[in-house]
Amino acid sequence: MTSIGLQHYLLLAAALFCLGILTMTLKRNAIGILIGVELILNAANLNLVAFTRYRTGAIDGQIVAVFIILLAAAEAAIAIAIFMNFYNSLATIDVDRADQLQG
Amino acid sequence: MNVNTWLEPIVFFLFAGVVLFSAIGIVLTRNIVRAALFLLGTLGGVAGLYFLLMANLLAAIQLIVYAGGTLVLIVFGVMLTSKSPWVRFAPSRSEAAAATTIGLVLFAALAKIVTGIDWTVAAHPADQPATVRQVGNLLLQQYLVPFEVASVLLLVVMIGAAYLARPEN
Repeated sequence: MTSIGLQHYLLLAAALFCLGILTMTLKRNAIGILIGVELILNAANLNLVAFTRYRTGAIDGQIVAVFIILLAAAEAAIAIAIFMNFYNSLATIDVDRADQLQG
Repeated sequence: MNVNTWLEPIVFFLFAGVVLFSAIGIVLTRNIVRAALFLLGTLGGVAGLYFLLMANLLAAIQLIVYAGGTLVLIVFGVMLTSKSPWVRFAPSRSEAAAATTIGLVLFAALAKIVTGIDWTVAAHPADQPATVRQVGNLLLQQYLVPFEVASVLLLVVMIGAAYLARPEN
């Protein structure tokens, strides 16, 4: 059986990134788009940790990954708050109906 | 290496399978509650891969903050906004075809780049797991300014989210 290298992790992260892009483009629900963003952030984190393990040996990549997890949590909190506000005024979170600001 | 050489590929492909299966499930499902549940599988699988990559603290943080905090937040968001007639949402066939084409082309390009490079040249692989002490030392010395900025950001986010989600009157 082949030994696992950096390549395997990078391919997995690339697949995860593409699936995140697909989620963001195909979902109409705002929370679905948020889930797509989480997938993309996880792909980036996987890349950082894999490079830390196989390329640099220093753990700086893991520190950056910690900050990314923090930012993802903060982003989710703000996004959900905006969606709640949006839902309160329009009774939906379908992003196709979020065109009130259009001129 | 703290994982047996014959065990590592098996565990890797197990977790990679969980991650990919859940991520594909997120893309394909029409139900937003199921998408949130599949996200739990993806986050757990990525946490397992962190363990395999000798990032034990990061795996624990992933499980606590992501699977425990962010996911619960998303599930609450789903529950509080689910009374809309557009919770089940379907993209049109042409949109799905275009998005799938873009995704496949993007993945093919990324895979070609990744597989075309010899990643073992001048590499310094880590030989033992990162300890909490190492991470803490780096956070409070070299990365002190980002650490403090992050704490201010969390305060701003807390106030901002409470302000945004408050009732109108």
